[in-house]
Amino acid sequence: MNELPRWAEIILVPLISLLLAAVLSALVILAIGENPISALQLMVQGALGSTYGWGYTLYYATNFIFTGLAVAIAFHARLFNIGGEGQATLGGLGVALVCVYIPWPHWSLALIGAMVGAAVLGAAWAAIPAFLQARRGSHIVITTIMFNFIAAALLNYLLIGLLKPKGSMEPATAKFAESTHLPSFQDMFSTADNVLFRGAPANVTFFVATLACILVWLLIWHTRLGYEIRSFGHSDSAAKYAGISPTKIIMITMMISGALAGLMAINNVMGEAERLILGSVEGAGFIGIAVALMGRSHPFGIFIAAILFGFLYQGGAELALWTSIPRELIVVIQALVILFTGALDNMVRMPLQKLFSLFKRTPVSEV
Amino acid sequence: MDLLTLLLILDSTIRLATPLLLACLAGLYSERAGIFDIGLEGKMLAAAFFSGAVAYTTGSAWLGLLAGIGASLVLSAVHGIASITFRGNQLISGVAINFLAAGLTVVIAQSWFKQGGRTPQLVGDARFEPITLPFADAVKDIPVFGVVYNELISGHTSIVYIALLLVPLTWILLYRTRFGLRLRAVGENPASVDTAGISVVRLRYIAVLICGVLCGLAGAYLATALQAGFVKDMSAGRGFIALAALIFAKWRPWQALFACLLFGFLQAMALRPDVLEQYLGFKVNAQLLDALPYILTVVILAGFVGKAIPPKAGGEPYVKER
Repeated sequence: MNELPRWAEIILVPLISLLLAAVLSALVILAIGENPISALQLMVQGALGSTYGWGYTLYYATNFIFTGLAVAIAFHARLFNIGGEGQATLGGLGVALVCVYIPWPHWSLALIGAMVGAAVLGAAWAAIPAFLQARRGSHIVITTIMFNFIAAALLNYLLIGLLKPKGSMEPATAKFAESTHLPSFQDMFSTADNVLFRGAPANVTFFVATLACILVWLLIWHTRLGYEIRSFGHSDSAAKYAGISPTKIIMITMMISGALAGLMAINNVMGEAERLILGSVEGAGFIGIAVALMGRSHPFGIFIAAILFGFLYQGGAELALWTSIPRELIVVIQALVILFTGALDNMVRMPLQKLFSLFKRTPVSEV
Repeated sequence: MDLLTLLLILDSTIRLATPLLLACLAGLYSERAGIFDIGLEGKMLAAAFFSGAVAYTTGSAWLGLLAGIGASLVLSAVHGIASITFRGNQLISGVAINFLAAGLTVVIAQSWFKQGGRTPQLVGDARFEPITLPFADAVKDIPVFGVVYNELISGHTSIVYIALLLVPLTWILLYRTRFGLRLRAVGENPASVDTAGISVVRLRYIAVLICGVLCGLAGAYLATALQAGFVKDMSAGRGFIALAALIFAKWRPWQALFACLLFGFLQAMALRPDVLEQYLGFKVNAQLLDALPYILTVVILAGFVGKAIPPKAGGEPYVKER
């Protein structure tokens, strides 16, 4: 089969897939008797029309950058980490333990401590399926799905028992101390007479997420380990022949992936809720799959895709507020993005390949 | 434990195991043909909604069942097109189908019934009623056998009996027919099936569509038999428990029945913590019971209780021109 030109592969294919997903979403909106154009206007207005809207969009985007990177780095080793949800849940547990039980003098130290807690527990939760894949050959997709459910049950158990403050009825930890409060965009960018991002949850974690994008980019394309991860992803037998240990690559890749998913918790648990509640991940682990697929597993693409999904999330919330379109419409759009950019990829690529081969000057065949 | 409590728990075991069993057998057909399906959950959910909605609108549970199967078949076809025709990633396709169902059911339910993403309560013929098996009343005074027959075996909805019958049927189809041999072969070594002049694509599509029908049954059972109507996310992870049961059973029908009964029993026990505490002498944690099917599956997958080896060609798109 003819290869597509690089620009078509990177820009045209995802763009057409996205367009297909958008058209189908518009049809869904039409089918339930609403106007897709005014819905889009409302979403743009609600998500991007004010610093408040941007504050929510970037808050959601921060979550999705972490989970998107988590899925992407596993994709580079041709591993499908569907367990971001569980790893982020455990990351939340790590953040809560660090913030509740250690008295931090300043938020910057607390942030570092919380990042370590989130990353360690997230990585540990990914390490078990990774070990089972590497050593026992159990399929990582199935084990990570199972670990999502086990994580949910574990957190449920801890929140109604050990971690719940005495006398509280709610399944949640105590509120974190004031000293662990992360500066929000409102704290950072507002001046005395011009309040920006009022009440929006976006916080300093957004910059940590941006930094994570750069670090992952460096890791994948500019280090020996990244090279090994990519070679293993292209051909595990060739990588093995070249002296790369599959066990090592699977373990390390999955632990980095789990740590990234876990790090999401510094945004939603430490930055927003400031305590650990049940179901705080809210499906962000799964959105990471859509984000990684749309961003072609490249940190820059993931950054853009995460902001797009942040926009969809905030816009969708506004839609649910002002129209009769329920919030679940976003789940439909997310599903269509996954379907077209992930599973039906070839449906877009095959006709394009035919189209491009028509225009290409065919070299004289020697066969 | 007195007989009646035991029978009550076993009775709810059967009711809770039925959707698991149907979804598990659905997955069995698909995966034995080499198509991984983590979209069982989504197909069940879509079927649950459409069966509930149509049963409410028409007042007939059977029409609801048909609608549920139809909805599930549409999603199966999407999975088939993505993973067979366009050789896409089967796992990603399954994930997409789960989300598509989770979102669409609520969006459509909200616009159709305006009750916050659910269907109205089903009453009368819109639900599957329990069937009293012949002589159930006549034998109920016979000790043990009569009570067991009357309380446990008789008095389920027709879908329960269909599901139970499907186990031997699947076994016969899989191990005693030409179709079954081909189906198993196409999941292990599609190239050999192709060489024998049999269409891999056709066989795989048939398997995926059978999977759709069975998921449709499972979903319809949830909304029109187990409960009276559809509520948001009502499949509640059952598609994944079924997947776990499938691995537990190592992709074999009889073992699938036992795995689903075991997981159904765990769910039934989780509903009766008082009984557990009374007979075990200590309080069993409800979250532990919830997580047990998943933990058991991981243990099985880890190979501590014998190795679960999936069909060899599972998850790989078949490319003829190599």
